[in-house]
Amino acid sequence: MAEQTQAKKYSKPLPHLDEENRPWWEALQRHELYIQKCGNCGDIRYYPRALCTNCMSSQVQWIKCSGRATVYTFTTTYQNQAPGFRESLPYIMAYVELEEGVKMLTNLVDCQPEQAKIGMPVEVVFEDVTPAVTLAKFRPAR
Amino acid sequence: MSLSRKTAVAGVFEHPTRFAPDKSLFQIMAESVRGALDDAGLTIKDVNGLCTTGIGMSGMGIVGLCDYLNLTPNFVDSTSIGGSSFVAHTAHAAAAIHAGLCDLCVVVYGSTAASSRFAIGTGGERGGAGDPCDQYEIPFGPTTVGAYAMIAQRHMHDYGTTSEQLAEIAVTMRLHASMNPAAKYRDPITVEDVLASRIISSPLHLLDCCIISDGGGALVIASAERARDLKKKPVYILGAGETVRHAARGQRDFLEIAAAQSGRLALERAGVMHKDIDMAMIYDSFTITVLATLENLGFCKRGEGGAFVSGGRLRFDGEFPINTDGGGLSSNHPGMRGIFLVIEAARQLRGECGPRQVKDCKIALVHGTGGALGTRHSGATLILGNQ
Repeated sequence: MAEQTQAKKYSKPLPHLDEENRPWWEALQRHELYIQKCGNCGDIRYYPRALCTNCMSSQVQWIKCSGRATVYTFTTTYQNQAPGFRESLPYIMAYVELEEGVKMLTNLVDCQPEQAKIGMPVEVVFEDVTPAVTLAKFRPAR
Repeated sequence: MSLSRKTAVAGVFEHPTRFAPDKSLFQIMAESVRGALDDAGLTIKDVNGLCTTGIGMSGMGIVGLCDYLNLTPNFVDSTSIGGSSFVAHTAHAAAAIHAGLCDLCVVVYGSTAASSRFAIGTGGERGGAGDPCDQYEIPFGPTTVGAYAMIAQRHMHDYGTTSEQLAEIAVTMRLHASMNPAAKYRDPITVEDVLASRIISSPLHLLDCCIISDGGGALVIASAERARDLKKKPVYILGAGETVRHAARGQRDFLEIAAAQSGRLALERAGVMHKDIDMAMIYDSFTITVLATLENLGFCKRGEGGAFVSGGRLRFDGEFPINTDGGGLSSNHPGMRGIFLVIEAARQLRGECGPRQVKDCKIALVHGTGGALGTRHSGATLILGNQ
């Protein structure tokens, strides 16, 4: 029984939550995806951070994303010796371009390696990996 | 103020070992320093500047190395921007000498990456409280190979670049390695061999990836005036550039890499044109690294890299010789290899390369890449000349 509990433990790396990124991760827990917009100059940015890289303003607006994106580029990984990943080979890593105009790194799921294509429409899916962390992954749009 | 021809590489040494399970990296570094000083006809007493960084070394490793070598330098630099670090160090050493911060500077690298079994490229990344940017990447399983693979995938999509074209780079590096007695892999390979090797991260095959070795090397940097009185022919530093590229808040053009900026700066500062370059040492962590770097340095237009690397152009006897030592793809890659780029370019400019010598080699370009092209990376470019 103890062994079973051990086997179910999530062994991939987890993010470190802090003041500047917590709202983003909390939104993912609610199965919502946001990007940031500067409240002063309107510049948009991913990943979230405390200051605008254009004007250094601390005024942050959050824009809720549609969850629709296209694949910008991808790779199917057949070798990764890190715990958690070596057990799930092969997996697809991709940069997707959100409708809102930023690219983010993610995994393509529910997608065979030969199915993945650049330009392919994808949609966000939320994967609750621990009680505190939900990851935004993408699957071929339905 | 131009630094051009004010300083020179006065001594070089490449540690011949590719596997040294019984040596510490400090021993490899010290043996490399001795080798480079011997090459210049100098001793450790002449050294008052030191540049180093590395993997397997602590963040303050340079302090420990000063202790090991019993040095109390007037100038130290541990700039750590990945594999390009030592290309940048060479420029920093030149600037420091020119500014009077030190007289003679050693740049050194050593590593036991192979015998310590570092899973370079496919080890994944650690979790926890790293840099803020890591928090958005490491949950998805990035590897160094994966980052470069995504650049290759996009290049193929946009420009029709083929796996055969990438393979030709690996085949040429192996040909050069066959003429370098110290190279780790010297048996010839074909395009078919590269394509038949297993996929590590699509579309990159095993033979599209650099090898992992132990190794080390050192450079002695001096004023041009002083270098002219030393044992070997000076290799003048004509120009340098460096920069960092990254995701640019999610708005980056992936195929424009750090080399575009560092290369432009180095060429401008050296006052030389692309057509003046007789050979180049281009960081070859992966075959795609070479192709993307050549485009960004401006040796061909964006999208034309596939054609440019084909037809034997990159061979030591071709129109645009690169990586005549066999590169990271076949000779050595002890985690970071910027220093070997400078060493081989200096040897070519001195005419010491035997069967792989590039004819009439007067000006060389060195470009180091550090980090992962698909995400955060650095570029450092040097222009070297023998006149």
